[in-house]
Amino acid sequence: MENPAFSTPIPHDLPLPLPAPEWLLVLLLVLSFMVHLLFVNFMVGGSLLTIFFEWKGRKQKAFDDIAHEIAKTITVNKSLAVVMGVAPLLLINVLYTVYFYSANALTGLAWILIVPLITVAFLLTYLHKYSWDSLQNHKGLHLFIGGVATAIFLCIPLVFLVNINLMLFPNLWNEVHGFFSALMIPNVFPRYFHFLAASITAACLFLVGYMKRSQYPYESLIRGLPRAELLKILYSGALGATGLQFLIGPLVYLTLPSHGISISMSLVILAGVFLAVPAMIYLWREVSEPKATVGRHFNKIVFLLTLTVVFMVSGRHMYRATSLEGHKKLVKAKTETYAKAVAEATEAAKTNAANPIASDAPDGKVLFSSYCGACHGYDKRQVGPPVLEIQGIYNGNIDGIVQWAKAPGKKRADYPQMPPMPLPDEQLRAIGGYMLEMKN
Amino acid sequence: MDFPVFHLDFLNNRFLIAIIAVLHVLINHPLAVGGLPLITLLEWWGSKKKSQDEMSQWDHLAYRILFVFFIITTTLGAMTGVGIWLSASLINPYAIGSLIRVFFWAWFVEWIVFVTEVCLILAYFLTWKKLLIDKAKHIRLGIILSVASWITMSIIVAILGFMMDPGNWRTDRSLINGILNPLYLPQLAFRTPLAMVMGGAVGLGFVNLFARHQRSLRLEASALISRWMIFWLPFLAVGGYWYYHRLPSTMIGNLAVANTTQEFANWYHILLVTIVAGVVSAFAVAIYGSLGRFKIPALVSVVPSLILMGLLAHFERVREFIRKPYAIGGYLYSNGFREEDYPLFKKDGILKHATYSSVKTITDQNKILAGKEVFMLACTRCHTLNGINSIRTNITAMYGPGPWSKDQLSNYIGVMHSTRRYMPPFPGSPQELDALAAYLVYFGTYGDQLPGAQSIGTKLAQ
Repeated sequence: MENPAFSTPIPHDLPLPLPAPEWLLVLLLVLSFMVHLLFVNFMVGGSLLTIFFEWKGRKQKAFDDIAHEIAKTITVNKSLAVVMGVAPLLLINVLYTVYFYSANALTGLAWILIVPLITVAFLLTYLHKYSWDSLQNHKGLHLFIGGVATAIFLCIPLVFLVNINLMLFPNLWNEVHGFFSALMIPNVFPRYFHFLAASITAACLFLVGYMKRSQYPYESLIRGLPRAELLKILYSGALGATGLQFLIGPLVYLTLPSHGISISMSLVILAGVFLAVPAMIYLWREVSEPKATVGRHFNKIVFLLTLTVVFMVSGRHMYRATSLEGHKKLVKAKTETYAKAVAEATEAAKTNAANPIASDAPDGKVLFSSYCGACHGYDKRQVGPPVLEIQGIYNGNIDGIVQWAKAPGKKRADYPQMPPMPLPDEQLRAIGGYMLEMKN
Repeated sequence: MDFPVFHLDFLNNRFLIAIIAVLHVLINHPLAVGGLPLITLLEWWGSKKKSQDEMSQWDHLAYRILFVFFIITTTLGAMTGVGIWLSASLINPYAIGSLIRVFFWAWFVEWIVFVTEVCLILAYFLTWKKLLIDKAKHIRLGIILSVASWITMSIIVAILGFMMDPGNWRTDRSLINGILNPLYLPQLAFRTPLAMVMGGAVGLGFVNLFARHQRSLRLEASALISRWMIFWLPFLAVGGYWYYHRLPSTMIGNLAVANTTQEFANWYHILLVTIVAGVVSAFAVAIYGSLGRFKIPALVSVVPSLILMGLLAHFERVREFIRKPYAIGGYLYSNGFREEDYPLFKKDGILKHATYSSVKTITDQNKILAGKEVFMLACTRCHTLNGINSIRTNITAMYGPGPWSKDQLSNYIGVMHSTRRYMPPFPGSPQELDALAAYLVYFGTYGDQLPGAQSIGTKLAQ
């Protein structure tokens, strides 16, 4: 089929139906992705906060205790981040098969490096957590361990982001040469910073929720910094990072290639932005109101920001759907044409097979050249010994050749062993007969 | 054909999957499927002790072993599990994409069980010290965790069995038919006791390490684990026999060459020797340990786990090999081409229908380049030019160092599947076969390199 989209590759889709209605798969994708993202945010944001507080803790012990407490949450959140990532990965594989796998292949080395990199980062996070006391007097080394883990955690989302971004632009697939060139597609970095700021907000709020619980034995774990003060620090972090989104957000929107932008998608995103405004006001009140009441707006903040995330993720999905709409049609048309061609060719092949050229007996010469000739020449050694030599061994003994061909042994040390020939006896006999009479 | 071709010309694509997959199974089977019930057993046994002192010794021992298992399974174990998927999607996107469409709901259920398993192992590990008072509850948690971990494996084995023999699925493409493939139960019956015995073997090693200064604890724990192994060993023997018995006859035909190449056909016997050695050594150590009177030397206690790991790695390799020439039996060849598409390819060639090929029509001028594109599309899922399982080594083994003859090569490649049963038939047209042979002759004389799409991107035909 002619390719009307010029340099855009148009692959065929897999000829197997989707396992469920598309809307259901999309719904599951959006929901499961949100849960995955939440734990990734806790993990990445938590690592950044751990390093930040541990660094501060060199002067004031209380911060070191806080860092240790945060570190204990990371190892749990990281396990959940991985396991919760399986569902969206599965769904995106099903829904965007050709798009996702193409992006994976084009950034293949970075994509597969995810596995060892995350493994190392996870091992380092455990080491960081469990060596807290034993490396108390080697803070530099301890910070370094945590720092390397955090640095890796900062790289991994970039790899996923590049893939999920590249898959939306089949028109760029031919221009991409590896991960770093895919990284340079304009909207990758704005989206990345968008994600990082969200991670800080999410991790700060998670820790507020975690540490403000009455069952949490704050006073026995952290000495020298009242709970209310820490909560205020965390709220400030969340507020600052959310505020930053008002700069990064527009940048993301402006760098989005236009083919996926629609009015409805813009409205959905905007609705998310508006919900973040009251959330920020409550955050500000948490930071500025008296210590005794800190934490009373927590539920409202979480509720509003969750809605923001729902709108943002839905908006993203709308963008994805719109931007791939045209290309998906081209893929569908091409796949259908192809399926027809396959069916026709299969039919034709069947007809040919049903009317074989009349022949009474198997033709030893034809069979020899297709099954044996690649290894046995007439008078020169190729892979196996030449026919001339075989004639000498099996002089008149067709059955001997047949027996050998069915279950060859190994007679010659300097020759590779012959594979068994799974052919019907009468064909083997025809070959044997031809070989014994063969003259050049 | 429809995906940019990821290719590692030195390491070899299949080798990449193999490393990740073997690591995963070597962690999963002994440390999760077999290890978790073993730890629960140790914990339960310790909880029945009369003296407080003994009780806490046992508890501490079980916890230390769990600590190691927990760290390894939640890092390297979890990531290699995801890694199998990530690497498969790079190397044979057709296969993994098709499997996911057929097995979506199985995988989805698998995910739910997997989430449960991770939550349970986190709970089991993190509440160990905190729940010391209510030991019975904690032990129950361990039992549920062990069951969840076994279910996770049993779902994946359904998919593995399907890849080897889809059974009725070929005529009726439903999920149930896919799951009830003929190799499912035998394989499960083989893996389950293998995992349990391996868990015991590895556990023995750790008991020797962690309880090296507590003689009576070490002897009793070793005896307990030994009895656990003796309990499972007969199941392992029966399961292994059933599994091999069920392998379809074409696959059995390949078994002799499954251990690398034909020159090493006797490797198959080594496989049998490994099985026997694994079972016998595990049995011998277990009988010795179960007496509970003598110390098992640390080195000796490690031997069965090493042999069993070798056996498992070898078993996976044989399993991977015997499904050749297919990635999904009877449906998709391991070169990434569907069997049902072959008539079209024979007629039109593969280049015409390939999304990513710089050549669509072969001429005298572009013949060698066309041959290279054919090689990239049809051969690189298993072969490299210059690396592991390289085409140079393979052709040299047959036709010597060269120069090779184009006619000989094209003649051979055209019929190789009828004698080399593990090779898929060459998918393309006669012109493409000729071009491929021309390229190989060129390569044999002048050499070439073959970077994948991950480094040089893709090209479309003009």
